[in-house]
Amino acid sequence: MGGIIKSASAGTLESSDAFVEIFPAEELSVEISSIVMERFGEAIEKAVREQLSECGVAAARVRVADRGALDCVIKARVETAVRRAEAKE
Amino acid sequence: MSKVVGSLREAISAAGLRDGMTVSFHHHLRSGDYVINMVMNEIAAMGIKNLTVNASSLFDVHAPLAEHIKSGVITKIITDYMSAGLGKYISAGIMEQPVEFMTHGGRPTAIMQGKTPIDVAFVAAPAADGDGNCTGKIGRSACGSLGYAFADAEYAKKTIIITDGLCEKLEEPSIDGKFVDFVVCADEIGDPRGIVSGTTTITRDPVGLIMARDAADVIKYSGLLKEGFSFQTGAGGASLAAAKFLMDIMLEEKIRGSFGLGGITGYMVDMLRAGCFEELRDVQCFDLKAVESIRTDPRHHEIGAFEYASPANGHAWVNSLDAVILGATEIDTDFNVNVHTDSAGIIMGGSGGHSDTAAGAKLAMVIAPLFRARQPIITDRVNCISTPGKDIDVLVTQYGIAVNPKNEELRDRLIRAHMPVVSIEELKAKAESLCGVPKALEHGERVVAKVIGRSGEVQDLIYRKK
Repeated sequence: MGGIIKSASAGTLESSDAFVEIFPAEELSVEISSIVMERFGEAIEKAVREQLSECGVAAARVRVADRGALDCVIKARVETAVRRAEAKE
Repeated sequence: MSKVVGSLREAISAAGLRDGMTVSFHHHLRSGDYVINMVMNEIAAMGIKNLTVNASSLFDVHAPLAEHIKSGVITKIITDYMSAGLGKYISAGIMEQPVEFMTHGGRPTAIMQGKTPIDVAFVAAPAADGDGNCTGKIGRSACGSLGYAFADAEYAKKTIIITDGLCEKLEEPSIDGKFVDFVVCADEIGDPRGIVSGTTTITRDPVGLIMARDAADVIKYSGLLKEGFSFQTGAGGASLAAAKFLMDIMLEEKIRGSFGLGGITGYMVDMLRAGCFEELRDVQCFDLKAVESIRTDPRHHEIGAFEYASPANGHAWVNSLDAVILGATEIDTDFNVNVHTDSAGIIMGGSGGHSDTAAGAKLAMVIAPLFRARQPIITDRVNCISTPGKDIDVLVTQYGIAVNPKNEELRDRLIRAHMPVVSIEELKAKAESLCGVPKALEHGERVVAKVIGRSGEVQDLIYRKK
């Protein structure tokens, strides 16, 4: 598993999707905005962090704009963004 | 003698409007309405304050009323429906007195019984003559039925017609000039494009189509779909698709119904023309095809809100309804339905005719997706009870159909027809397995709105958003 060597994104801002951006950084930070923040904010952050851990990402700045995506969608978008950010040119 | 006066201000003065009085409005011009803002701006400019606004519905176009609330021109609102444009301000607590939400049947009843007296009614009329006879069927701003304005015009102490279509003698008015005191001409009373609701087209969403097909099948197997069948549906995309599937079934089985009711859309007009119904009873036109039909088709009748849905009227049309298809933002395991607030508890709607038709119809069906943008629609207790669960018979979702245990006969019929019947608790568990369990909402202390049930009792309270 390589590190986050460049910026990348995955997903869309359509309803029930999430738009995930990832940037190289010294340490791990997660920033979330969501239309269901009040009721699902903690669940979204948990899903994002679980997937980052699964992908072995220890350092990156991650920004998620959620539009009411299910956990499986959020995790898929995070994983895709990570893989794009790890890819060699 | 002509009742036409030179200006809106002149009419308001002549009607004797003073501080502390009640003014009323109707909503047939929907999101295209110019009249409420026009009148309230003029009233504010005249320095009159502390008014009650009693409006049959308020849309996003009426969000500027928030300024008149802040400045003390409006201190109380009574309405049947308030979309998010103004609702978000009310939920934030800009008004001292709670908004009073009524139903389309409860509102005219309260007006007629003197519980919510009106000092000056303002009626937006697409066509009117000098005697005050008016109609919505013709004119550049034609909106069809004026049914929600009937009680206002008849029972208000003074009634002012505002029209952009002054004409010669109207022979068959919707509102008789004998109820009218003044007529004011305006350049434009509304934007015809805004009269058409944003939701009056059939859904293309495959999930919505699955639910619509099941909804039509529930009616088919309910035992109610036979000669003389009567029907109402809302204007949501899936409800309209259900009407289309229902039309196909009725034509195939050669079933001739009696009447279609309600807010009327072009799809109900199609059903009339195809012979599914003998007549339409119309309190409000949702689109221009309905407007065209009420103008030209003698089988398409205009009715007032009292005739439509009043709980005090034993002959109200809702009481003769076989089936109604309704929407929901939330429904709980006791089948209580919320159509007043969104999933965050902010005001974005209202009962309209929801509770009236649910109470009257033999089969009251709610059609809703199991979740919207991760938000499950089934909860342990809805944030606001708009329609009590005792009046709801069945919930149709894309993951199955839940029948209210009070209606065993319907459940048995649907099971015999091999419909996907499940319990509402199972549906709730299914939603939560996909979405997770939403964190409970916290609300503030202060009551920002009271939901008045159709019989006049306080049914629930809506609190300030924390």
